[in-house]
Amino acid sequence: MRGNFSTITKMFSASVVAAGLLMSVPAKAADDTIKVGILHSLSGTMAISETTLKDAMLMLIDEQNAKGGLLGKKLEAVVVDPASNWPLFAEKARELISKDKVAAVFGCWTSVSRKSVLPVFSELDNILFYPVQYEGEESERNVFYTGAAPNQQAIPAVDYLMSEDGGSVKRWVLEGTDYVYPRTTNKILEAYLKAKGVAAEDIMVNYTPFGFSDWQTEVSAIKKFGSAGKKTAVVSTVNGDANVPFYKELGNQGIKAEDIPVMAFSVGEEELAGLDTAPLVGHLAAWNYFESVDTPENKKFIADWHKFIKNDKRTTNDPMEAHYIGFNMWVKAVEKAGTTDPDKVIDAMIGVSVPNLTGGYSTMMPNHHITKPVLIGEIQADGQFETVSRTPGLVMGDEWSDYLPDSKDLISDWRAPLSCGNFNVATGKCGGKGTN
Amino acid sequence: MNLFRAIGLTLLVLLATLSSSGASEADLRGIIAKFATAKGFSETGAVVHELAATGDPAVERPLAALADGNLYIRKADSLVFVGKETGDSVELLDPLSGEKSADAAKDDIAKIKVNNTLRRVIRDALGTLTLGAKDPAVRGAAADTMFKTPDAANIEPLDAAIAKETVASVKALLEQARAASVLVSDRPDADKLAAIALIGARGDRDAVSLLTSVEANAPDAVKEAATAAIRNINSTLAFWDAGQNIWYGISLGSVLLLAAIGLAITFGVMGVINMAHGEMVMLGAYTTFVVQQVIRTSFPSLFDWSLVIALPLAFLVAALVGLAIERGVIRFLYGRPLETLLATWGVSLILQQAVRSIFGPTNQEVGNPSWMSGSFNVGQLAITWNRLWILVFALSVFAVLLYVMKRTPWGLQMRAVTANRRMASSMGIRTPWVDALTFALGSGIAGIAGVALSQIDNVSPNLGRGYIIDSFMVVVFGGVGNLWGTLVGAFSLGIVNKFLEPYAGAVLGKIVVLVLIILFIQKRPRGLFALKGRAVEA
Repeated sequence: MRGNFSTITKMFSASVVAAGLLMSVPAKAADDTIKVGILHSLSGTMAISETTLKDAMLMLIDEQNAKGGLLGKKLEAVVVDPASNWPLFAEKARELISKDKVAAVFGCWTSVSRKSVLPVFSELDNILFYPVQYEGEESERNVFYTGAAPNQQAIPAVDYLMSEDGGSVKRWVLEGTDYVYPRTTNKILEAYLKAKGVAAEDIMVNYTPFGFSDWQTEVSAIKKFGSAGKKTAVVSTVNGDANVPFYKELGNQGIKAEDIPVMAFSVGEEELAGLDTAPLVGHLAAWNYFESVDTPENKKFIADWHKFIKNDKRTTNDPMEAHYIGFNMWVKAVEKAGTTDPDKVIDAMIGVSVPNLTGGYSTMMPNHHITKPVLIGEIQADGQFETVSRTPGLVMGDEWSDYLPDSKDLISDWRAPLSCGNFNVATGKCGGKGTN
Repeated sequence: MNLFRAIGLTLLVLLATLSSSGASEADLRGIIAKFATAKGFSETGAVVHELAATGDPAVERPLAALADGNLYIRKADSLVFVGKETGDSVELLDPLSGEKSADAAKDDIAKIKVNNTLRRVIRDALGTLTLGAKDPAVRGAAADTMFKTPDAANIEPLDAAIAKETVASVKALLEQARAASVLVSDRPDADKLAAIALIGARGDRDAVSLLTSVEANAPDAVKEAATAAIRNINSTLAFWDAGQNIWYGISLGSVLLLAAIGLAITFGVMGVINMAHGEMVMLGAYTTFVVQQVIRTSFPSLFDWSLVIALPLAFLVAALVGLAIERGVIRFLYGRPLETLLATWGVSLILQQAVRSIFGPTNQEVGNPSWMSGSFNVGQLAITWNRLWILVFALSVFAVLLYVMKRTPWGLQMRAVTANRRMASSMGIRTPWVDALTFALGSGIAGIAGVALSQIDNVSPNLGRGYIIDSFMVVVFGGVGNLWGTLVGAFSLGIVNKFLEPYAGAVLGKIVVLVLIILFIQKRPRGLFALKGRAVEA
């Protein structure tokens, strides 16, 4: 039996080597480079979303090097694979900072992965750029949030649906996947809707497990809820993989966007790529960026992306723009500080302003969130979004929601002398606690 | 909305007073030209109403094009055209005649933006215009639209349409639409009571929706009738809801059956704890994707047949991979369940990453053939075609498998090896090859399950992960080694799940089902239908 066992061992080691070959990036260790860590899952459930971000970062670093690098040195990407495994995120973050000595890390997607690396970043004093829209209720010294806070996505989206253009919606279904982002966002939205005079019986909240695929009951419940003679809309925080079967069921049960529109916060161009969107035309999404936005910066970005990834069909999406903004901000802050020392760069980051892809500038605010425009788009038959509404100005990210009783008194300001991520204005003390 | 409605009302009144012969072509072109200067959705909406108010059937073309997002303005001269995309350029058609007038590059024209609200305005406007259409289905759809957006001004055109209508089903729809319009008009209460009776007889959710909105501000007599009608409809609907739960349960059961049936062979019959089972399903789904890709690029006319073509290929691909796994790994590990579990888990990770490297980590688009899209109604029960076909398919796969196992020499050998390997071997059966082929069969069946599941789920490298736990649950619950057990297990789990879901929610429902299964296994460790075999002895 020994021979058999060694066959297995061989097979395993072969596969490990193969996997290693697939993932490793040629590492030329040299002192004259600045290392940048990329902490995105390349395997496991989140690989579907995060692999694209890894590629986007590699492209941005390549471009910066083509422009002559940073502080006269070349940038070098260090890619690790936390494999959609939350504790592994912390381990890999530690490896990046302690072993590889990276100057900054770009990474994480899910909130739970971010929460798992937070202690590592504050202990080892490094910088994390987090590119995904999230539930807020957090502001850390070592993290820069380049994705949307709830007030940069959820609230304007609901405002649009309530407006005449959006259909004057009176009845709301809050449909989400059962984890922290949807739960907190829905809590904020429920409080917001009630503040706007929506009665409790006109709000239905429902959660489904991760990767849920049998939506028949939920979709027919939405249909039923929508037949009370009032204009109804669904606000969906359904995550990743569960979206495709959800939309397929909506299409098959004949729910049209004109009757019950679905406003999604986690569905972007990438998710639609796996779908026939013809039955979904008119369903909505709220983001700070759409691939269809017509600006010279965006055209160049898309062309560069297609060239880099060698595939004309690959889409761009909002978190990619967030990394674009975050990376450029970091480059600018390093130039401003004249060093890559995280401590100095963190201070230099505040106030840094760089062009975004939607024809304006995004600025890093003292609460480590950025200013962005909010776009509402309708799904088109070609899998793209068409912008139907856009906030007139830029919206500043609000980390502590004003609609939750626990966090409405909290503010964050990382400038001296306050230097506090959770300052309670009611008690005048640093160290308030939010909702989660 | 109020603005739209107000404009709509005044214009529709205008329409009633105008002769229905329609405006001259020059007038229509004049109105259409206004699209070029309209700013924002509300102004575009006003132009739509103006066009609809002409009552000229010719405006259907530009309005339908606008709703589909195919109406363009040429930047050079601000003329409005219907556009047809042909590769990189757009073919510009005259908005009224539909004749080709020019070609333009995409940068030279601007699309007139529409949103949901505007699309609804257009749909309503087209509703009135298409009442006289030749196709009864179009007339029916028009009546349905008018039912959902009742308007007192609609009564007269509807009366005229009812008088002309020859198809009974469309006539019924028209009468319901008329009744809806009567309810929002200032007609006498007697008329309204008759209308409520008619709408109450329709008995669906749209009827409830309409009556609820009428109920709010109606005189007492009408209000009472509306309340009674709503109560009536709701009690019938409650009955249909129960029926719907059963149907959803059966449909979920068929998906579980499909996912588990291959495992019923590899795990149930052979006793291999096969963690790579889900990946066989995924390979089947990717085979479907590849087949559709080839068909899309080379033989577009065959698209409706893509699934039929994919079935044997998916079976072959998954069966070959299964054969390779059995010959390469599993055959060394019979009788060592823990190592089998770890090895097949490793294989599943390798397969996932291989697919991820070849096809990329993102979802792949697998289209639904036309015969699998949409739904039909049985009473108040909406049955979607894809679910129905999956049910039929799952049952046929089950029947075929049962036939193979019980009626063919190969099936006999399989069962013989399962029951007593050494005895079978001394009877001259080449047991290693029976093992390999059995495993290949189980894998192949998982592959064709993937073809069906690609129709309702993501085609991504993670596809298999979602089904592996459920599959094991079904097989264990049904009784390891018994195909009938798998069938009964799948359907009972599906139905219990779907009955719990409306009350407990999807998350809690799943937990309750799991707890129930654990309790059940305590009572009957061998599942519903226990069978003697190698798995039991091991």
